[in-house]
Amino acid sequence: MNGKVTDREIIAALQGGLPLVPTPYAAVADQLGIPEEGLMTRLEAMKQSGVIRRIAAAPNHYKLGMTANGMTVWDVDDAALSELGPLVGALDFVSHCYERPRALPDWPYNLFAMVHGSSAEEVEEKRARITVLLGDALRGADILYSSRILKKTGLRLRKKG
Amino acid sequence: MSTLDDIDRALINALQDDLPLTHRPFAPLAERLGLTEEALLTRVKALRESGVLTRFGPFFDAAAMGGAFCLCAMAVPAEDFEKVMTQVNAHEEVAHNYERQHRLNMWFVLATETPEGITQTADAIEQETGLIVHRFPKLQEFYIGFRVAA
Repeated sequence: MNGKVTDREIIAALQGGLPLVPTPYAAVADQLGIPEEGLMTRLEAMKQSGVIRRIAAAPNHYKLGMTANGMTVWDVDDAALSELGPLVGALDFVSHCYERPRALPDWPYNLFAMVHGSSAEEVEEKRARITVLLGDALRGADILYSSRILKKTGLRLRKKG
Repeated sequence: MSTLDDIDRALINALQDDLPLTHRPFAPLAERLGLTEEALLTRVKALRESGVLTRFGPFFDAAAMGGAFCLCAMAVPAEDFEKVMTQVNAHEEVAHNYERQHRLNMWFVLATETPEGITQTADAIEQETGLIVHRFPKLQEFYIGFRVAA
């Protein structure tokens, strides 16, 4: 008996985070009017399907001293990308690692990886590790540092269905 | 950050891993750190309040929130930068926007209800600014390992 709660309602209930109480799933289930077991089953299914990546803390990099970050971009041989991409994405200093289309002739890069560190030197050192990892498949690379945040509103669930 | 003790640091590191789907999901970690659940939660609340943790809860795949997303970039002439920034930011579909040191110097993310919304918004920005909006939608995602060591 799961009640009639949509994934969107579950997402909306958890968007602001999990309640910081000893039994958080019971608290959320209560709020949604469904049994705790039912909510856990749904959350497990959302994890399996990739809607939820994990249930965890998001630290503020800056407050933990990781004040430098660079958007590293790479021109990687297409044939090798599916094999090498996951290796770059698995590095613990890399977030937001994606294959994206090139925009030739302006933009030859097809792999993006945000690299985080406590200083520009550390970011460069980590970037050098990616260079080694990509080896012969690498044809070109660049790094873009952000100089200013022009807008940051975050992503919000809109009212729908 | 000066007020973090060793337990806080261990907590921050451990809480970046997946929390179990159990009735009392914090209990095993509390035991491992030699804390009561209440003491652990008090620390997590303090870390949230001081902003060391920006959030605690499920990480949703952005597409699961409904709608479409696309990273975009423009090469904006320096003398027009502020004007173009204002034009771009005026679109509510622009979720965030960064100035970056490159010929492509303005990078923003569009978030729209539908895939067509990306094209419409990007095209509108091109018309308003007379500049090309390069579109870099994600084709494959490789993001797996990122953790901040406290």
